[in-house]
Amino acid sequence: MRGIYTWGAILAIVFASVIGDVLLARAMKQVGDVGALWRRAGLGVVIGRTLGNPNFLFGVTAMAAAFFSLLFALSWGDVSLVAPAAASLTFIGNAVAAKIFLHEKVDRRRWIAAGLVAAGVALLAG
Amino acid sequence: MTFRKYLVLAGVTVFAAAGDSMLSHGMKQTGNISLNHLQGVIFAVLNPWVAVGILLLLAFFATYMTALSWADLTYVLPATSLGYVLLALVARFALHEHVSPLRWLGIALITGGVGFIAGGPELTKHPHADEPVNKACAVAASPPFGEAQGKLLAKNATNGAPGVKV
Repeated sequence: MRGIYTWGAILAIVFASVIGDVLLARAMKQVGDVGALWRRAGLGVVIGRTLGNPNFLFGVTAMAAAFFSLLFALSWGDVSLVAPAAASLTFIGNAVAAKIFLHEKVDRRRWIAAGLVAAGVALLAG
Repeated sequence: MTFRKYLVLAGVTVFAAAGDSMLSHGMKQTGNISLNHLQGVIFAVLNPWVAVGILLLLAFFATYMTALSWADLTYVLPATSLGYVLLALVARFALHEHVSPLRWLGIALITGGVGFIAGGPELTKHPHADEPVNKACAVAASPPFGEAQGKLLAKNATNGAPGVKV
């Protein structure tokens, strides 16, 4: 029973952080190249435009939800299961979501890389 | 990819790894925080390790957002996982801890994955993008645009074109 709770919380972490990453990535593409904008208009404009972007605010909210799911997961399961499982599943989830929602060209090179990094993270974070 | 952009990606890796480890070190000093004693959070933040850890994680967030403004999510994310490799190497060579063969395999896999990504382009070009924002981004990120724009500005300046500030 405890296992189901733990995996439920892990899936919640993965779900929330994938949504957060996708929204943040979309927000920053809308803001545009931060370095160029900073040189052109100053740091104030960069910060104002970022904080005023709805996608950014929703993204940060999703990240906060992921953080609280992590706290719940850690109270039910071991850190040696929760951390690597959440990190590597988030990695795969992000590659899929970036392809579907951000229309990123996730070619064979990036799929292989996503698989390798996810496996590596699972080994290292454990 | 310019040197400055590689520097930002390096910042993503280093700030995440350093911030996480300082936070974890500090939280082990302050002890458990329970939902019934939330004032414990305030004491935790007063711990210098935790405070510096939070500052480093803010720096991580700023560099991460900067990287996402000119590179794909699937390009930036592997850089964050390089932090695990960094931590394992610090554990082995600075703290002289034992790193198991499985962890060395993990390091090799992550490094290989990052190498795969780094060899490709950092931003997907959207030639037929419906969203003007994406299109503008893709154009702005390609170097010829910057060059051409610079030349145009310089030309206007030498011609003394009105209303153009360089």
